[in-house]
Amino acid sequence: MSVKDEDRRRFLALGAGLLSTTACTTTKPASESGAHMRPHGLRSPHEKVARVIRELTASPGTGSSRTPLQHLYGTITPSDLHYERHHAGVPAIDPLQHELLVHGLVEQPLTFSMAALRRFPSVSRTCFLECSGNVIGDLRGNPPPTVQDSHGLLSCTEWTGVSLRMVLEEARLKPEAKWLIAEGADASRMARSIPVEKALDDALLVYGQNGEALRPEQGYPLRLILPGFEGNMNVKWLDRLLVTDQPAMSVKETANYTELLPSGKAEVLTFVMEARSVITSPSGGQQVLNGFNEITGLAWTGLGKITKVEVSTDNGKTWQVAALQEPILDKSVVRFRLPWEWKGEETIIQSRCTDESGYVQPSRDEFIALRGINAGYHYNGIKCWQVKADGHVVAV
Amino acid sequence: MSWRCSFLLFAVLLQAQQKPFGFGKPVSAEEARKRDLTVFPDGRGLPPGRGDAKAGAPIYAAKCAECHNDRGEGRENQYPGLVGGIGSLATPKPKKSVGSYWPYATTVWDHIHRAMPFDHPRSLTADEVYAVTAVVLYLNGIVTETQELNEKTLPQVRMPNRDGFIPETRPFQKRKVR
Repeated sequence: MSVKDEDRRRFLALGAGLLSTTACTTTKPASESGAHMRPHGLRSPHEKVARVIRELTASPGTGSSRTPLQHLYGTITPSDLHYERHHAGVPAIDPLQHELLVHGLVEQPLTFSMAALRRFPSVSRTCFLECSGNVIGDLRGNPPPTVQDSHGLLSCTEWTGVSLRMVLEEARLKPEAKWLIAEGADASRMARSIPVEKALDDALLVYGQNGEALRPEQGYPLRLILPGFEGNMNVKWLDRLLVTDQPAMSVKETANYTELLPSGKAEVLTFVMEARSVITSPSGGQQVLNGFNEITGLAWTGLGKITKVEVSTDNGKTWQVAALQEPILDKSVVRFRLPWEWKGEETIIQSRCTDESGYVQPSRDEFIALRGINAGYHYNGIKCWQVKADGHVVAV
Repeated sequence: MSWRCSFLLFAVLLQAQQKPFGFGKPVSAEEARKRDLTVFPDGRGLPPGRGDAKAGAPIYAAKCAECHNDRGEGRENQYPGLVGGIGSLATPKPKKSVGSYWPYATTVWDHIHRAMPFDHPRSLTADEVYAVTAVVLYLNGIVTETQELNEKTLPQVRMPNRDGFIPETRPFQKRKVR
Protein backbone atom coordinates (compact mmCIF):
# COMPACT_ATOMS: atom_id res chain seq x y z
CA MET A 1 0.00 0.00 0.00
CA SER A 2 1.40 3.41 -0.97
CA VAL A 3 1.67 6.30 1.47
CA LYS A 4 -1.06 8.06 -0.46
CA ASP A 5 -3.43 5.12 -0.07
CA GLU A 6 -2.65 4.96 3.65
CA ASP A 7 -3.44 8.67 4.04
CA ARG A 8 -6.68 8.28 2.08
CA ARG A 9 -7.74 5.35 4.20
CA ARG A 10 -7.05 7.34 7.40
CA PHE A 11 -9.01 10.29 6.04
CA LEU A 12 -12.01 8.08 5.30
CA ALA A 13 -11.83 6.48 8.72
CA LEU A 14 -11.69 9.94 10.34
CA GLY A 15 -14.73 11.01 8.33
CA ALA A 16 -16.65 7.94 9.41
CA GLY A 17 -15.69 8.66 12.99
CA LEU A 18 -16.95 12.21 12.79
CA LEU A 19 -20.24 11.05 11.24
CA SER A 20 -20.82 8.47 13.91
CA THR A 21 -20.10 11.05 16.69
CA THR A 22 -22.58 13.49 15.17
CA ALA A 23 -25.19 10.81 14.86
CA CYS A 24 -24.72 9.60 18.42
CA THR A 25 -27.11 11.31 20.86
CA THR A 26 -26.32 9.33 23.98
CA THR A 27 -23.08 11.33 24.74
CA LYS A 28 -23.77 14.40 26.88
CA PRO A 29 -23.00 17.65 25.02
CA ALA A 30 -20.33 19.56 26.94
CA SER A 31 -22.50 22.67 27.33
CA GLU A 32 -24.92 20.91 29.68
CA SER A 33 -22.41 19.57 32.16
CA GLY A 34 -19.57 22.12 32.21
CA ALA A 35 -18.26 23.47 35.49
CA HIS A 36 -18.36 27.14 36.45
CA MET A 37 -15.38 29.39 35.89
CA ARG A 38 -13.15 30.07 38.88
CA PRO A 39 -10.60 32.79 39.73
CA HIS A 40 -7.70 30.34 39.81
CA GLY A 41 -7.43 27.32 37.55
CA LEU A 42 -6.81 23.89 39.02
CA ARG A 43 -5.33 20.78 37.48
CA SER A 44 -7.66 18.07 36.28
CA PRO A 45 -8.42 15.70 39.16
CA HIS A 46 -7.00 12.97 36.91
CA GLU A 47 -3.53 14.54 37.12
CA LYS A 48 -1.52 13.59 40.21
CA VAL A 49 1.74 15.52 39.70
CA ALA A 50 3.37 16.58 42.97
CA ARG A 51 6.72 17.39 44.48
CA VAL A 52 8.38 14.81 46.72
CA ILE A 53 9.40 16.38 50.03
CA ARG A 54 12.36 15.34 52.13
CA GLU A 55 13.10 17.10 55.43
CA LEU A 56 16.71 16.69 56.51
CA THR A 57 16.19 17.34 60.23
CA ALA A 58 13.31 17.37 62.67
CA SER A 59 13.32 21.17 62.42
CA PRO A 60 10.81 22.33 59.80
CA GLY A 61 11.89 23.67 56.42
CA THR A 62 15.42 22.31 56.38
CA GLY A 63 15.15 19.98 53.42
CA SER A 64 14.22 19.85 49.80
CA SER A 65 11.35 19.06 47.48
CA ARG A 66 11.84 17.61 44.01
CA THR A 67 10.25 18.40 40.65
CA PRO A 68 8.35 15.49 38.99
CA LEU A 69 10.41 15.62 35.78
CA GLN A 70 8.92 12.36 34.45
CA HIS A 71 5.42 13.88 34.37
CA LEU A 72 6.24 17.24 32.73
CA TYR A 73 6.21 18.27 29.05
CA GLY A 74 8.41 20.80 27.26
CA THR A 75 10.99 22.68 29.32
CA ILE A 76 9.22 25.16 31.65
CA THR A 77 8.58 24.01 35.21
CA PRO A 78 5.12 25.01 36.50
CA SER A 79 5.76 27.45 39.37
CA ASP A 80 4.03 25.27 41.98
CA LEU A 81 6.26 22.32 41.02
CA HIS A 82 9.61 24.17 41.11
CA TYR A 83 12.08 22.32 43.29
CA GLU A 84 12.89 23.72 46.74
CA ARG A 85 15.93 23.63 48.97
CA HIS A 86 15.59 25.66 52.16
CA HIS A 87 17.84 25.93 55.20
CA ALA A 88 15.41 27.49 57.69
CA GLY A 89 11.94 27.37 56.18
CA VAL A 90 9.98 29.76 53.96
CA PRO A 91 9.55 33.25 55.47
CA ALA A 92 6.29 35.19 55.13
CA ILE A 93 7.30 38.59 53.75
CA ASP A 94 5.13 41.68 53.20
CA PRO A 95 6.47 43.22 49.98
CA LEU A 96 5.62 46.71 51.24
CA GLN A 97 8.03 46.19 54.15
CA HIS A 98 10.75 44.55 52.04
CA GLU A 99 13.74 46.56 50.86
CA LEU A 100 17.11 45.77 49.33
CA LEU A 101 20.18 47.38 50.92
CA VAL A 102 23.24 47.88 48.69
CA HIS A 103 26.29 48.96 50.71
CA GLY A 104 30.00 48.43 51.34
CA LEU A 105 32.47 49.41 48.61
CA VAL A 106 30.08 51.80 46.85
CA GLU A 107 30.09 55.58 46.48
CA GLN A 108 26.53 55.85 47.83
CA PRO A 109 24.82 53.17 49.95
CA LEU A 110 21.19 52.84 48.86
CA THR A 111 18.01 51.03 49.77
CA PHE A 112 15.44 50.02 47.16
CA SER A 113 11.80 49.34 47.88
CA MET A 114 10.06 46.72 45.73
CA ALA A 115 8.18 49.57 44.01
CA ALA A 116 11.52 51.21 43.21
CA LEU A 117 12.96 47.99 41.77
CA ARG A 118 9.92 47.53 39.56
CA ARG A 119 10.41 51.06 38.14
CA PHE A 120 13.70 50.03 36.46
CA PRO A 121 13.60 48.83 32.84
CA SER A 122 12.60 45.16 33.15
CA VAL A 123 13.98 42.07 31.49
CA SER A 124 12.79 38.46 31.14
CA ARG A 125 14.96 35.44 30.51
CA THR A 126 14.55 31.71 30.74
CA CYS A 127 17.21 29.69 32.54
CA PHE A 128 17.59 26.54 34.57
CA LEU A 129 18.14 26.42 38.30
CA GLU A 130 19.69 23.35 39.84
CA CYS A 131 20.92 22.44 43.30
CA SER A 132 24.58 21.42 43.01
CA GLY A 133 23.75 18.48 45.29
CA ASN A 134 21.40 17.05 42.64
CA VAL A 135 21.96 13.39 41.59
CA ILE A 136 24.28 12.75 44.52
CA GLY A 137 22.71 9.35 45.24
CA ASP A 138 23.92 8.17 41.83
CA LEU A 139 27.48 9.35 42.57
CA ARG A 140 27.47 7.38 45.83
CA GLY A 141 26.22 4.26 44.06
CA ASN A 142 22.66 4.40 45.43
CA PRO A 143 20.54 5.51 42.46
CA PRO A 144 16.99 6.17 43.69
CA PRO A 145 14.02 4.61 41.83
CA THR A 146 12.70 7.53 39.74
CA VAL A 147 14.10 10.51 37.82
CA GLN A 148 12.23 12.77 40.25
CA ASP A 149 14.19 11.24 43.13
CA SER A 150 17.53 11.36 41.31
CA HIS A 151 17.35 14.55 39.19
CA GLY A 152 14.38 16.47 40.68
CA LEU A 153 16.48 19.31 42.12
CA LEU A 154 16.32 20.86 38.64
CA SER A 155 13.74 23.32 37.33
CA CYS A 156 13.47 25.79 34.45
CA THR A 157 11.69 29.13 34.60
CA GLU A 158 11.08 32.37 32.76
CA TRP A 159 12.25 34.94 35.32
CA THR A 160 11.43 38.66 35.14
CA GLY A 161 13.22 41.45 36.97
CA VAL A 162 15.95 44.04 36.64
CA SER A 163 19.59 43.71 35.61
CA LEU A 164 21.74 43.63 38.76
CA ARG A 165 24.35 45.68 36.91
CA MET A 166 21.84 48.48 36.45
CA VAL A 167 21.04 48.56 40.17
CA LEU A 168 24.74 48.45 41.15
CA GLU A 169 25.45 51.38 38.81
CA GLU A 170 23.05 53.46 40.90
CA ALA A 171 25.24 52.94 43.99
CA ARG A 172 28.48 53.20 41.90
CA LEU A 173 30.97 50.45 42.73
CA LYS A 174 34.39 51.51 43.97
CA PRO A 175 37.36 50.19 41.93
CA GLU A 176 38.40 47.75 44.69
CA ALA A 177 34.97 46.01 44.60
CA LYS A 178 35.57 42.31 43.84
CA TRP A 179 32.75 40.39 45.58
CA LEU A 180 29.13 40.82 46.60
CA ILE A 181 27.81 39.14 49.73
CA ALA A 182 24.16 38.34 48.95
CA GLU A 183 21.99 37.76 52.04
CA GLY A 184 18.41 36.57 52.32
CA ALA A 185 15.66 37.36 54.84
CA ASP A 186 15.04 33.73 55.85
CA ALA A 187 15.40 32.82 59.53
CA SER A 188 19.03 31.76 59.01
CA ARG A 189 19.86 34.86 56.93
CA MET A 190 21.62 32.62 54.44
CA ALA A 191 24.45 34.37 52.59
CA ARG A 192 26.71 33.61 49.63
CA SER A 193 29.66 35.42 48.04
CA ILE A 194 29.23 36.33 44.36
CA PRO A 195 32.14 37.39 42.10
CA VAL A 196 31.58 40.93 40.88
CA GLU A 197 32.26 39.81 37.27
CA LYS A 198 29.13 37.63 37.39
CA ALA A 199 27.11 40.38 39.08
CA LEU A 200 27.99 42.76 36.23
CA ASP A 201 27.48 40.13 33.52
CA ASP A 202 24.06 38.44 33.38
CA ALA A 203 22.84 38.49 36.99
CA LEU A 204 19.24 39.52 37.63
CA LEU A 205 17.17 40.67 40.59
CA VAL A 206 13.86 38.97 39.86
CA TYR A 207 10.32 39.50 41.11
CA GLY A 208 8.54 37.52 38.38
CA GLN A 209 8.29 33.77 37.78
CA ASN A 210 6.52 32.36 34.71
CA GLY A 211 4.36 35.42 34.18
CA GLU A 212 3.34 36.17 37.77
CA ALA A 213 4.99 37.24 41.02
CA LEU A 214 7.59 34.88 42.52
CA ARG A 215 6.18 32.10 44.67
CA PRO A 216 7.10 32.46 48.39
CA GLU A 217 9.15 29.24 48.16
CA GLN A 218 11.16 30.82 45.33
CA GLY A 219 12.08 33.94 47.25
CA TYR A 220 9.07 36.28 47.20
CA PRO A 221 9.33 39.16 46.77
CA LEU A 222 12.94 39.30 45.48
CA ARG A 223 15.47 36.72 44.36
CA LEU A 224 18.98 36.84 42.94
CA ILE A 225 19.33 34.86 39.70
CA LEU A 226 22.81 33.93 38.48
CA PRO A 227 22.25 31.99 35.23
CA GLY A 228 24.32 28.80 35.12
CA PHE A 229 25.60 29.05 38.72
CA GLU A 230 24.73 26.50 41.43
CA GLY A 231 21.25 26.92 42.90
CA ASN A 232 22.33 27.88 46.41
CA MET A 233 23.97 31.11 45.17
CA ASN A 234 20.65 32.30 43.72
CA VAL A 235 19.74 33.79 47.10
CA LYS A 236 16.00 33.86 47.88
CA TRP A 237 14.20 36.62 49.86
CA LEU A 238 17.18 38.84 48.99
CA ASP A 239 17.41 41.99 51.13
CA ARG A 240 21.12 42.86 51.37
CA LEU A 241 24.07 43.11 49.01
CA LEU A 242 27.38 43.93 50.69
CA VAL A 243 30.07 44.95 48.20
CA THR A 244 33.52 43.83 49.36
CA ASP A 245 37.06 42.99 48.27
CA GLN A 246 36.96 39.33 49.44
CA PRO A 247 34.52 36.43 49.89
CA ALA A 248 32.92 36.03 53.32
CA MET A 249 33.64 32.27 53.50
CA SER A 250 30.15 31.80 54.93
CA VAL A 251 28.95 28.44 56.22
CA LYS A 252 27.36 27.63 52.85
CA GLU A 253 30.64 28.17 50.98
CA THR A 254 32.93 26.31 53.40
CA ALA A 255 31.09 23.65 55.45
CA ASN A 256 28.70 22.99 52.53
CA TYR A 257 28.90 23.40 48.74
CA THR A 258 32.62 22.58 48.68
CA GLU A 259 33.86 19.48 46.86
CA LEU A 260 35.97 16.99 48.80
CA LEU A 261 38.41 15.13 46.57
CA PRO A 262 40.11 11.75 47.24
CA SER A 263 43.30 13.61 48.25
CA GLY A 264 41.45 15.03 51.27
CA LYS A 265 41.62 18.54 49.79
CA ALA A 266 38.35 20.25 48.91
CA GLU A 267 37.65 22.63 46.06
CA VAL A 268 36.07 25.85 47.26
CA LEU A 269 34.06 28.57 45.48
CA THR A 270 32.98 26.25 42.65
CA PHE A 271 30.11 27.94 40.92
CA VAL A 272 29.31 26.83 37.36
CA MET A 273 26.97 23.88 36.73
CA GLU A 274 28.52 21.79 34.00
CA ALA A 275 26.63 19.99 31.20
CA ARG A 276 24.12 17.31 32.16
CA SER A 277 21.37 15.36 30.49
CA VAL A 278 18.87 12.73 31.56
CA ILE A 279 16.20 10.62 29.88
CA THR A 280 12.89 11.43 31.59
CA SER A 281 10.80 8.99 29.54
CA PRO A 282 11.04 6.07 29.64
CA SER A 283 12.61 6.35 33.11
CA GLY A 284 12.60 4.56 36.45
CA GLY A 285 9.21 3.11 37.40
CA GLN A 286 7.77 3.47 33.88
CA GLN A 287 6.86 0.80 31.35
CA VAL A 288 8.19 0.42 27.79
CA LEU A 289 5.73 -1.07 25.28
CA ASN A 290 6.48 -3.29 22.32
CA GLY A 291 6.97 -1.31 19.14
CA PHE A 292 7.31 2.46 18.93
CA ASN A 293 8.45 4.42 22.01
CA GLU A 294 9.63 8.02 22.02
CA ILE A 295 12.73 8.49 24.14
CA THR A 296 12.72 12.03 25.53
CA GLY A 297 14.62 13.93 28.15
CA LEU A 298 16.33 17.14 29.20
CA ALA A 299 19.81 18.58 28.74
CA TRP A 300 21.32 21.76 30.21
CA THR A 301 24.63 23.49 30.85
CA GLY A 302 25.86 26.50 32.80
CA LEU A 303 28.43 27.08 30.06
CA GLY A 304 26.08 28.38 27.38
CA LYS A 305 24.01 26.34 24.95
CA ILE A 306 23.62 22.62 24.47
CA THR A 307 24.85 21.71 20.98
CA LYS A 308 24.29 17.94 20.88
CA VAL A 309 22.56 15.14 22.73
CA GLU A 310 23.34 11.52 21.90
CA VAL A 311 21.27 8.56 23.02
CA SER A 312 22.30 4.92 23.30
CA THR A 313 19.70 2.16 23.47
CA ASP A 314 22.18 -0.74 23.44
CA ASN A 315 24.14 -0.32 26.67
CA GLY A 316 26.54 2.23 25.20
CA LYS A 317 27.67 0.21 22.15
CA THR A 318 26.27 2.73 19.64
CA TRP A 319 25.03 6.31 19.99
CA GLN A 320 22.43 8.16 17.91
CA VAL A 321 22.01 11.94 17.69
CA ALA A 322 18.70 13.04 19.21
CA ALA A 323 16.53 15.87 17.86
CA LEU A 324 16.69 19.08 19.95
CA GLN A 325 13.52 21.12 20.43
CA GLU A 326 13.93 24.77 19.40
CA PRO A 327 14.52 27.32 20.77
CA ILE A 328 17.84 26.28 22.31
CA LEU A 329 18.49 28.96 24.91
CA ASP A 330 21.63 30.02 26.76
CA LYS A 331 21.97 28.35 30.22
CA SER A 332 18.52 26.88 29.86
CA VAL A 333 16.96 23.45 29.56
CA VAL A 334 16.54 21.87 26.13
CA ARG A 335 14.29 18.91 25.39
CA PHE A 336 15.63 16.10 23.23
CA ARG A 337 13.76 13.31 21.47
CA LEU A 338 14.60 10.08 19.68
CA PRO A 339 12.16 7.58 18.15
CA TRP A 340 12.83 4.01 19.30
CA GLU A 341 11.47 0.63 18.30
CA TRP A 342 11.57 -1.79 21.26
CA LYS A 343 11.49 -5.49 20.42
CA GLY A 344 11.41 -6.91 23.92
CA GLU A 345 15.16 -7.08 24.56
CA GLU A 346 16.62 -6.33 27.99
CA THR A 347 18.91 -3.30 27.58
CA ILE A 348 20.26 -0.07 29.04
CA ILE A 349 19.30 3.35 27.68
CA GLN A 350 21.29 6.52 28.41
CA SER A 351 21.97 10.03 27.11
CA ARG A 352 25.03 12.26 26.97
CA CYS A 353 25.25 15.90 25.96
CA THR A 354 27.83 18.31 24.57
CA ASP A 355 27.76 22.09 25.06
CA GLU A 356 29.11 24.96 22.99
CA SER A 357 32.31 25.10 25.06
CA GLY A 358 33.07 21.61 23.73
CA TYR A 359 32.48 19.99 27.12
CA VAL A 360 31.07 16.46 26.92
CA GLN A 361 29.09 14.97 29.80
CA PRO A 362 31.28 12.26 31.41
CA SER A 363 30.27 8.74 32.37
CA ARG A 364 30.00 7.97 36.09
CA ASP A 365 33.29 6.05 35.95
CA GLU A 366 35.05 8.94 34.22
CA PHE A 367 33.71 11.38 36.81
CA ILE A 368 34.79 9.19 39.72
CA ALA A 369 38.27 8.74 38.25
CA LEU A 370 38.68 12.52 38.46
CA ARG A 371 36.65 13.44 41.53
CA GLY A 372 36.05 10.34 43.69
CA ILE A 373 32.69 9.55 45.28
CA ASN A 374 32.76 12.04 48.18
CA ALA A 375 32.71 15.32 46.23
CA GLY A 376 29.11 15.76 47.36
CA TYR A 377 28.28 18.40 44.76
CA HIS A 378 28.43 19.05 40.99
CA TYR A 379 28.08 15.40 39.96
CA ASN A 380 27.07 15.30 36.29
CA GLY A 381 27.67 11.71 35.17
CA ILE A 382 25.65 9.98 32.46
CA LYS A 383 22.41 8.48 33.79
CA CYS A 384 21.57 4.87 32.86
CA TRP A 385 18.11 3.24 32.94
CA GLN A 386 17.73 -0.50 32.61
CA VAL A 387 14.81 -1.81 30.53
CA LYS A 388 13.82 -5.27 31.81
CA ALA A 389 12.54 -7.99 29.48
CA ASP A 390 8.97 -7.26 30.65
CA GLY A 391 9.41 -3.59 29.71
CA HIS A 392 9.75 -2.34 33.27
CA VAL A 393 12.34 0.43 33.67
CA VAL A 394 14.63 0.57 36.72
CA ALA A 395 17.44 2.85 37.88
CA VAL A 396 20.92 1.34 37.75
CA MET B 1 29.13 59.73 9.60
CA SER B 2 31.22 62.85 10.27
CA TRP B 3 33.49 62.98 13.31
CA ARG B 4 31.28 65.70 14.71
CA CYS B 5 28.24 63.46 14.40
CA SER B 6 30.13 60.52 15.94
CA PHE B 7 31.25 62.66 18.81
CA LEU B 8 27.72 63.83 19.43
CA LEU B 9 26.41 60.27 19.41
CA PHE B 10 29.17 59.20 21.78
CA ALA B 11 28.33 62.07 24.13
CA VAL B 12 24.65 61.16 24.10
CA LEU B 13 25.41 57.49 24.80
CA LEU B 14 27.80 58.44 27.58
CA GLN B 15 25.17 60.63 29.15
CA ALA B 16 22.52 57.93 28.81
CA GLN B 17 24.83 55.48 30.54
CA GLN B 18 25.85 57.75 33.37
CA LYS B 19 22.54 59.34 34.21
CA PRO B 20 21.25 57.55 37.31
CA PHE B 21 17.62 56.55 37.59
CA GLY B 22 17.65 57.76 41.17
CA PHE B 23 15.17 55.13 42.39
CA GLY B 24 17.27 54.18 45.44
CA LYS B 25 17.02 55.91 48.80
CA PRO B 26 20.41 57.09 50.12
CA VAL B 27 21.40 55.73 53.52
CA SER B 28 24.44 56.63 55.58
CA ALA B 29 27.29 54.12 55.79
CA GLU B 30 26.69 54.04 59.55
CA GLU B 31 23.01 53.17 59.10
CA ALA B 32 23.94 50.42 56.63
CA ARG B 33 26.50 48.96 59.06
CA LYS B 34 23.77 48.37 61.66
CA ARG B 35 22.22 45.81 59.30
CA ASP B 36 25.55 44.20 58.47
CA LEU B 37 25.99 40.69 59.91
CA THR B 38 28.92 39.55 57.76
CA VAL B 39 32.12 38.42 59.49
CA PHE B 40 35.19 37.86 57.30
CA PRO B 41 38.07 35.41 57.93
CA ASP B 42 40.36 38.31 58.90
CA GLY B 43 37.91 39.29 61.68
CA ARG B 44 36.32 42.26 59.95
CA GLY B 45 32.73 42.54 61.10
CA LEU B 46 33.32 41.03 64.56
CA PRO B 47 31.84 43.18 67.34
CA PRO B 48 33.69 43.75 70.64
CA GLY B 49 33.01 41.02 73.18
CA ARG B 50 34.53 37.98 74.83
CA GLY B 51 33.85 34.53 76.17
CA ASP B 52 35.41 31.17 76.93
CA ALA B 53 34.17 27.58 76.94
CA LYS B 54 33.63 27.63 80.70
CA ALA B 55 31.24 30.58 80.41
CA GLY B 56 29.64 29.02 77.33
CA ALA B 57 28.91 25.60 78.85
CA PRO B 58 25.58 26.52 80.53
CA ILE B 59 24.43 28.42 77.40
CA TYR B 60 25.32 25.43 75.22
CA ALA B 61 23.50 23.05 77.56
CA ALA B 62 20.37 25.23 77.57
CA LYS B 63 20.21 26.29 73.92
CA CYS B 64 22.31 23.98 71.74
CA ALA B 65 22.43 20.48 73.25
CA GLU B 66 18.84 19.60 72.33
CA CYS B 67 19.91 19.19 68.69
CA HIS B 68 23.70 18.98 68.80
CA ASN B 69 23.85 16.64 71.82
CA ASP B 70 25.79 17.06 75.06
CA ARG B 71 29.26 17.08 73.55
CA GLY B 72 28.54 18.03 69.93
CA GLU B 73 27.99 14.44 68.79
CA GLY B 74 24.81 15.42 66.94
CA ARG B 75 21.71 13.18 66.71
CA GLU B 76 21.83 10.22 64.40
CA ASN B 77 20.10 10.73 61.02
CA GLN B 78 18.98 14.15 62.17
CA TYR B 79 21.53 16.73 63.24
CA PRO B 80 25.11 16.40 62.03
CA GLY B 81 27.82 16.30 64.65
CA LEU B 82 29.97 19.32 65.43
CA VAL B 83 32.94 17.20 66.44
CA GLY B 84 35.07 14.31 65.24
CA GLY B 85 36.59 13.18 61.97
CA ILE B 86 39.87 15.09 62.28
CA GLY B 87 42.30 13.30 59.95
CA SER B 88 39.53 11.39 58.13
CA LEU B 89 39.16 13.58 55.02
CA ALA B 90 41.55 11.61 52.80
CA THR B 91 40.04 8.24 53.81
CA PRO B 92 37.18 6.41 52.02
CA LYS B 93 34.81 7.45 54.85
CA PRO B 94 35.51 11.11 55.52
CA LYS B 95 33.65 12.76 58.40
CA LYS B 96 33.06 16.48 57.99
CA SER B 97 32.63 18.43 61.21
CA VAL B 98 33.50 21.91 62.48
CA GLY B 99 36.74 20.45 63.81
CA SER B 100 37.70 18.29 60.85
CA TYR B 101 36.52 20.43 57.93
CA TRP B 102 35.73 24.10 58.61
CA PRO B 103 38.69 26.32 57.60
CA TYR B 104 37.91 29.45 59.66
CA ALA B 105 36.85 30.01 63.28
CA THR B 106 35.20 33.25 62.13
CA THR B 107 32.68 31.18 60.14
CA VAL B 108 31.66 29.37 63.34
CA TRP B 109 31.03 32.71 65.05
CA ASP B 110 29.19 34.13 62.01
CA HIS B 111 26.92 31.09 61.67
CA ILE B 112 26.02 30.88 65.38
CA HIS B 113 25.42 34.63 65.44
CA ARG B 114 23.14 34.78 62.37
CA ALA B 115 21.39 31.41 62.40
CA MET B 116 21.42 29.86 65.88
CA PRO B 117 19.67 28.70 68.01
CA PHE B 118 17.62 27.36 65.09
CA ASP B 119 14.26 28.41 66.54
CA HIS B 120 15.50 31.75 67.97
CA PRO B 121 18.22 33.01 65.62
CA ARG B 122 20.04 36.23 66.52
CA SER B 123 18.85 36.05 70.14
CA LEU B 124 22.35 35.60 71.63
CA THR B 125 24.46 38.57 72.77
CA ALA B 126 27.94 39.04 71.29
CA ASP B 127 29.53 37.72 74.52
CA GLU B 128 27.29 34.64 74.38
CA VAL B 129 28.27 33.99 70.76
CA TYR B 130 31.98 34.19 71.67
CA ALA B 131 31.34 31.81 74.58
CA VAL B 132 29.35 29.25 72.54
CA THR B 133 31.93 29.44 69.72
CA ALA B 134 34.55 28.66 72.39
CA VAL B 135 32.51 25.60 73.49
CA VAL B 136 32.37 24.22 69.94
CA LEU B 137 36.12 24.76 69.47
CA TYR B 138 36.85 23.33 72.95
CA LEU B 139 34.83 20.16 72.23
CA ASN B 140 37.06 19.75 69.17
CA GLY B 141 40.25 20.21 71.18
CA ILE B 142 41.12 23.43 69.32
CA VAL B 143 41.04 25.82 72.33
CA THR B 144 41.35 25.24 76.08
CA GLU B 145 38.41 25.55 78.45
CA THR B 146 39.49 28.96 79.73
CA GLN B 147 41.01 30.40 76.54
CA GLU B 148 39.31 33.73 75.92
CA LEU B 149 37.93 34.42 72.47
CA ASN B 150 37.33 38.02 71.47
CA GLU B 151 37.33 40.10 68.29
CA LYS B 152 41.16 40.06 68.24
CA THR B 153 41.89 36.43 69.22
CA LEU B 154 39.13 34.62 67.32
CA PRO B 155 40.56 35.29 63.81
CA GLN B 156 43.94 34.01 65.07
CA VAL B 157 42.56 30.57 65.99
CA ARG B 158 44.02 28.10 63.52
CA MET B 159 41.53 25.44 62.45
CA PRO B 160 42.93 21.92 61.75
CA ASN B 161 41.75 22.00 58.11
CA ARG B 162 42.85 25.59 57.44
CA ASP B 163 44.96 24.50 54.45
CA GLY B 164 42.48 21.88 53.22
CA PHE B 165 40.85 24.01 50.53
CA ILE B 166 42.04 24.61 47.01
CA PRO B 167 40.66 26.94 44.35
CA GLU B 168 38.99 25.67 41.21
CA THR B 169 41.39 27.30 38.79
CA ARG B 170 40.07 26.11 35.42
CA PRO B 171 36.86 24.33 36.39
CA PHE B 172 35.66 23.49 32.92
CA GLN B 173 38.86 22.28 31.34
CA LYS B 174 39.83 20.13 34.29
CA ARG B 175 36.70 18.01 34.11
CA LYS B 176 36.78 17.78 30.35
CA VAL B 177 37.27 14.10 29.71
CA ARG B 178 36.89 13.76 25.96
